[in-house]
Amino acid sequence: MNAFWIILTGSLVASCCSLLGCYLILRRMAMVGDAISHAVLPGIVIAFLLTGSRDSVPMLIGAGLLGVLTTFLIEFFHRYARVQSDAAIGVTFTWLFAIGIILISVFAGQVDLDQDCVLYGEIAYVPLDLWITEGGLSMGPRTVWTLGIVTILILSFIIIGYKELFLTAFDPGYAAAIGVSTSLWYYLLMTAVSLTTVASFESVGAILVVALLVAPPATAYLLTDNFKTMLILSVMLGVVAAITGYYLAVWIDGSIAGAIATVTGIEFMLAFLFSPSRGILISKKLIQPVQH
Amino acid sequence: MKEFLEFFSFADANVRYVTLGSVLLAGSSAVVGCFTLLRKRALVGDAVAHAVLPGVCLAFILSGTKNPFILLVGAFITGWISLILIDFITSRSRIKEDTAIGLVLSVFFGVGILLLTAIQHSGNAAQSGLDKFLFGKAASLVGEDLIAFSIVAILLLAATILFYKELKLLCFDETFAKTIGFPVRGLELLLTTLTVLAVVVGIQAVGVVLMAAMLITPAAAARFWTDRLGVMLVLAAIIGAFSGVAGAFVSYTAPAMPTGPWIVLIVSMIAILSFALAPNKGWIARILRRRRNKKLILEENLLKLLYHLGEDRQDYTTTRPLQELLDKRAIPAKEAKYGLAKLRAQGYLERSKAGWSLTPEGIKRGRRVVRLHRLWELYLTQYLHLASDHVHEDAETIEHIITPELEQRLLEELNYPELDPHSARIP
Repeated sequence: MNAFWIILTGSLVASCCSLLGCYLILRRMAMVGDAISHAVLPGIVIAFLLTGSRDSVPMLIGAGLLGVLTTFLIEFFHRYARVQSDAAIGVTFTWLFAIGIILISVFAGQVDLDQDCVLYGEIAYVPLDLWITEGGLSMGPRTVWTLGIVTILILSFIIIGYKELFLTAFDPGYAAAIGVSTSLWYYLLMTAVSLTTVASFESVGAILVVALLVAPPATAYLLTDNFKTMLILSVMLGVVAAITGYYLAVWIDGSIAGAIATVTGIEFMLAFLFSPSRGILISKKLIQPVQH
Repeated sequence: MKEFLEFFSFADANVRYVTLGSVLLAGSSAVVGCFTLLRKRALVGDAVAHAVLPGVCLAFILSGTKNPFILLVGAFITGWISLILIDFITSRSRIKEDTAIGLVLSVFFGVGILLLTAIQHSGNAAQSGLDKFLFGKAASLVGEDLIAFSIVAILLLAATILFYKELKLLCFDETFAKTIGFPVRGLELLLTTLTVLAVVVGIQAVGVVLMAAMLITPAAAARFWTDRLGVMLVLAAIIGAFSGVAGAFVSYTAPAMPTGPWIVLIVSMIAILSFALAPNKGWIARILRRRRNKKLILEENLLKLLYHLGEDRQDYTTTRPLQELLDKRAIPAKEAKYGLAKLRAQGYLERSKAGWSLTPEGIKRGRRVVRLHRLWELYLTQYLHLASDHVHEDAETIEHIITPELEQRLLEELNYPELDPHSARIP
């Protein structure tokens, strides 16, 4: 049963991250996703200090705010102070992460978070933290519920805003011309990324979030030219990685989050080498038609 | 104060080690960071920092010892591979650089975590302390580390000085470097090697995540104060070294405080202040400049307006009420009043009950703006063959920018013309 819960958690994280990651890599913002996943740390710590519990809702709010703040700061440094964009990202997230670590050290006695957990989480503990109703009925692990709700939110966000998200990612000029606010959808997307990051944070840590945000969409990007196919494919790749990763971790007795990230990397490598349309070992022999 | 003196007397060996170590690390990585920043590849440092972990773990698994030298070699190898992979993925597929960096960073780190936890669970007693690579241990540097730091710092600085000219060219004009026969590929590898070296050593002090800051932040801050590479390098090194000392001091006065994050916090504050306050390039300087330009444009437009009004009857000194000005050109009344008052204070205008009139100085300046406007219109129609009804907007902007030298050239080029394209006289 434990294996089921862990794999379910991993798959939920993988689905949310892969979906949003598709938009991030097409907008060339993969590293902004990386930055957000680190920078939400102070938000989590502050929410924790204010409420004194690991309750999910305040943490989601705190980290969601921090995520938007990160995006805003990066934009601000880049646009108004003219810091080059990669440096703006680097300065912002290391700064916020450092503040988070310092907050943890200052309130070490009160904050039940440790640095390792921040970086690579502990998905293996997911089944231990059960949600038990007042009647004593066990509803399954708390994290699964949080993640489930976040997944539904992300899914409906993508379905409802599909056209706007698609347009602002591929043709911001046209989107603006027909009256779709590019900055509104940009910030909505970033809020969604922050929410996902925080919801996944406790179970899988900051780095796996990045692996799942970037690797499955990048793999799917090598396999298809159709955006809808890319979305579906990357979710499938993410879920496969979650399942395989779990068994890999059990086999060599290591971190499950690390193993899932490893598998996403292997998936990418396979696609990079053998993708029917773009693999470097395949495409050499074929003459590629010009694609429009 | 007592603590301050105690700290800066460096009587305590531990304080000496920590401070010196932090300074060497922060200073030398800042110098290397300048080059990666200028090549617009600041974030690859982040990728290397994460990619070091599997190397350390593999070295431990293969050698079975915690010999720092062997671990460093392992770290160096995977760090180097990660950079090569990023280049390879970007050049051989349609994956963009940011995606490639994120991918390599997270996957290498994931592998590292997998190996690290596997080692920890294996019950091998020798493994404790490997996780120092994750979060650094600046506060517990010992003499041995210091020797390693010094060697690497000297290597980095020596390489930078030795290849200064070549690296400079690589950063600013790669194509030119290639054409004059510099081994660009080799230089890229050199820079890659220097970056990996800086990261591998630095990571032990500040940890995986914050290492990126040691490379990027001092360089980004220094960039705002100068346009000269040499100055930028020295400045970045000083900013880095200062934060190193300050961070060590904070964790000395409050032992619960982690040194690495404090170094990063301090260097970030310096950078953010630089972004805001640096002369010329800073945010505030930019705002002030924009405001000054706006004011200048408003003033010149008002003088031009009065001059235009006077042109019909060739009497420039007539007093005109504010309303007449506003009827002619739509300027918000409040702005116009402010501008007029300013001009009066500078001696270009006189004010009486009936309104405003130009002084001789004001006529001169107004005439110049009108002249530049018409000269530019003429230039556009004659040399760029634009239709005469398309040139006004452009001249409206450029009339405030043209320098006296340019004005002279325009006059010569246009052969001291009499009339503009709309047949108005050029004064």
